Amino acid sequence: MKNLLNMLKVNGMLGNSEAAKYEKKVMVLDFVTPTPLGNSWGLGGTCVNVGCIPKKLMHQAALLGQALEDSRKFGWQFTEEVKHNWMTMTESVQNYIGSLNWGYRVALREKKVTYENAYGEFVGPHTVKATNKRGVEKLYTAERFLIATGERPRYLGIPGDKEYCISSDDLFSLPYCPGKTLVVGASYVALECAGFLAGLGLDVTVMVRSILLRGFDQDIANKIGEYMEGHGINFIREFVPIKVEQIEEGTPGRLKVIAKSTKGNQIIEGEYNTVLLAIGRDSCTRKIGLDKVGVQINEKTGKIPVNDEEQTNVPYIYAVGDILQDKLELTPVAIQAGRLLVQRLYAGATSKCDYVNVPTTVFTPLEYGACGYSEETAVEKFGEENIEVYHSHFWPLEWTVPSRDNNKCYAKIICNIQDNERVIGFHVLGPNAGEVTQGFAAAIKCGMTKEQLDSTIGIHPVCAEVCV
Amino acid sequence: TAAAKPFYDLLVIGGGSGGLACAKEAAQFGRKVAVLDYVEPSPQGTKWGLGGTCVNVGCIPKKLMHQAALLGSALKDAQHYGWNIAQPVHHTWSLMAQAVQNYVKSLNWGHRVQLQDKKVKYFNMKGSFSDPYTIRGLTKAGKETVVTAENIVIATGGRPKYPTHIAGALEYGITSDDLFWLKKSPGKTLVVGASYVSLECAGFLTGIGLDTTVMMRSIPLRGFDQQMASLVTEHMESYGTKFLKRCFPTKVEKLESNRLQVTWKNTDLGTEETDSFDTVMWAVGRAPDTEALNLEAVGVKTNSETGKIVVDASEATSVPHIYAIGDITEGRPELTPTAIAAGKLLAQRLFGQSSELMDYDNVPTTVFTPLEYGCVGLSEEMADLGALQFHLIQLHALSLNVLRKDLYVMYCFQVVCLREREQRILGLHFIGPNAGEVIQGFALGIKCGATYPQLMKTIGIHPTCAEEITKLHITKRSGLDATVTGC
Repeated sequence: MKNLLNMLKVNGMLGNSEAAKYEKKVMVLDFVTPTPLGNSWGLGGTCVNVGCIPKKLMHQAALLGQALEDSRKFGWQFTEEVKHNWMTMTESVQNYIGSLNWGYRVALREKKVTYENAYGEFVGPHTVKATNKRGVEKLYTAERFLIATGERPRYLGIPGDKEYCISSDDLFSLPYCPGKTLVVGASYVALECAGFLAGLGLDVTVMVRSILLRGFDQDIANKIGEYMEGHGINFIREFVPIKVEQIEEGTPGRLKVIAKSTKGNQIIEGEYNTVLLAIGRDSCTRKIGLDKVGVQINEKTGKIPVNDEEQTNVPYIYAVGDILQDKLELTPVAIQAGRLLVQRLYAGATSKCDYVNVPTTVFTPLEYGACGYSEETAVEKFGEENIEVYHSHFWPLEWTVPSRDNNKCYAKIICNIQDNERVIGFHVLGPNAGEVTQGFAAAIKCGMTKEQLDSTIGIHPVCAEVCV
Repeated sequence: TAAAKPFYDLLVIGGGSGGLACAKEAAQFGRKVAVLDYVEPSPQGTKWGLGGTCVNVGCIPKKLMHQAALLGSALKDAQHYGWNIAQPVHHTWSLMAQAVQNYVKSLNWGHRVQLQDKKVKYFNMKGSFSDPYTIRGLTKAGKETVVTAENIVIATGGRPKYPTHIAGALEYGITSDDLFWLKKSPGKTLVVGASYVSLECAGFLTGIGLDTTVMMRSIPLRGFDQQMASLVTEHMESYGTKFLKRCFPTKVEKLESNRLQVTWKNTDLGTEETDSFDTVMWAVGRAPDTEALNLEAVGVKTNSETGKIVVDASEATSVPHIYAIGDITEGRPELTPTAIAAGKLLAQRLFGQSSELMDYDNVPTTVFTPLEYGCVGLSEEMADLGALQFHLIQLHALSLNVLRKDLYVMYCFQVVCLREREQRILGLHFIGPNAGEVIQGFALGIKCGATYPQLMKTIGIHPTCAEEITKLHITKRSGLDATVTGC
């Protein structure tokens, strides 16, 4: 048995060196089970390796493609034909991720956090077994544990899915251009990936079972879909794949996808170089020995219920991040929750993570920033007669000269009439939506009302001023 | 005259941001409204249509040309993201200028149509006071029309100053009034001045590939947070703009080649230097456009130092029924959105039974230099002057443009907040891309009385630049290194 540790993180991620600040003995166990196609990555978790970071960089690559076209209208001259090289981009992105992996290793070392690249699972009270890639097992004990194992992409469970399809876990390090791609799913992962792949010049189709961006404001979700369709992305609606076959091997190869209608018996077939599954994510909680220590999980979803101090039903075991039940699957939420938890445990702080009015942004070709209630949930909670929706289309100044996408951008705020017209929902569809939304989220946290919004002077000429 | 009733309920002199907003708002109340707009050609002969400074020779063309420059950077970035662009890549001024000018003209047209739709009478005439209710309007051709109104709003704005004491300044130099309407490239340009106009113009000229120099007599961006101002100019230097610091020009002469020879004094070295340029642009401040108004005839008071019209909190001048809004007014920010808001509120007070006054506090603004600077509230210096016990919390992030290793850019985020328990935020400063988009929402927060703890409770959006503001925690007082690298 190794030393008694104050706190052990099972499959941890960023933000957890907080405990080490208080001179506690901390260990982090991180391990990436390879994807069905054999892909793996370094320290840092989903966000750094196969989420936010590479996603935003590839989204940026697509935006730059658009910028190239715009620039001609602003007087820039260069050859008509401009092509995108997938390998150049992917190499740059992977190098950057590598530097982040390294950065985390160094940061943990500097803060004297012990790091082991090993798969952790509970074997008994206060005890974890860590198995490394070569199968060597070690046992560790700790006073407290933090589970932050996150999730992995779900597969369809149809013939050919694991053998031939890729997921977001594979896309960002794919060593060849994906070519003509079918994206299965209607999540933000599906739409963001479809968006940037099309922006890089690829032929992209999105197969959607029912609605887009479930859980998000549907009015905006539809506008996002329309924009993507208007920019050359094909949508196949109300179909699900039932089989994937390989026609030809290769990098990329050729795949045949057979799909069935959700509304009847119609069957369609399509040929693609790549099939990307983005139908949801499953928590990594089923195989880490939670039953051995009595941590309750939601059997259906695999998520872990916690109290408002991120504590599971076992007092010395805590959890943060994507695996939490009824909480948002976002990096900044996980970081904030983790930091505050440690400050409460070791620094006598009392602040709890505020999960209300957490802003978010979907980085589709037309970006969507939101904070607070969607129109549907506001109507449901407060009643249609008690809310007022103020909205406006707008045309970013930068898009006027290239004459594109007039009246596609959109902003709306939802106010609670009964509470002094307090702003309870903020939505903006347009460029730099994240940058725009961040400040409004801070204002919503201060309880801003429509009157205060009206009395705030706009900055001219920027997109955000349409909101005030 | 006392006998006849004034014809219009409201006459607005000046069809710019403030004037048009006021006129259109008044018309909504079913009032008889008229707008006079006239553009005196610049010394170089440039003129433009309805809409005022912002639309024609300010915010709009400025931001579009700034965008052209940013797209130049995007072209360089794009190669790192996998886009194969064959060299050479070059910029053609006339293509850009034409596109920008066409867009501005469409706005001129749009304003004409809007006035028509709202039944506001438009006169393309230069107005001057005959008496407190009477304006004498003069067309370009010299035709005179007399217009009377119950209420008059002066919104004639300002025009760039010429340093007329410098030989050759007027004959050979241009200003922002001319820059955006040039048909041919300005070429190798000297921009004289340290205002945001100077730095923004020099910034985009550099960005589109022109040899650009800025000459400053003393500090850049007077009135702005000086630490931020230095970061802005440092970035411009690394970006390729040349700076002649602590220099002032003494004369401008025309050479046989048609180039301009500028002579200046370097106050640091005590030397005199010269160089030749294709274009010399003066950006040494703006003067209120009151000369033609004949204000003396009606007794409207102006500030003896600045020449701007003195108004009270309700935008009233020293003469009853005569008001003033926008850049022409003393002590007000020279910004389009404040002029628009002031104009609307004035119309609502005059005709809509409102009593709401304009709030000029905590007006956010953005300087669109190559590295943009957005701010709202107090700077470090202002907080100091106010003897406020404040924290200055900062973060410097190195190059958020992560795929370009050749680019070293120091972004900066700064919050000024009171030290007392509640820690109300007094000011917010951000240097980085899309600074305007970042600051807008936070300005709203400050209007709601945001405190530092509330800022810290707000969860960030990842990955953005703005999220760094919700994580600021290193105080200047602590002396700790505020530099952050990576994610």
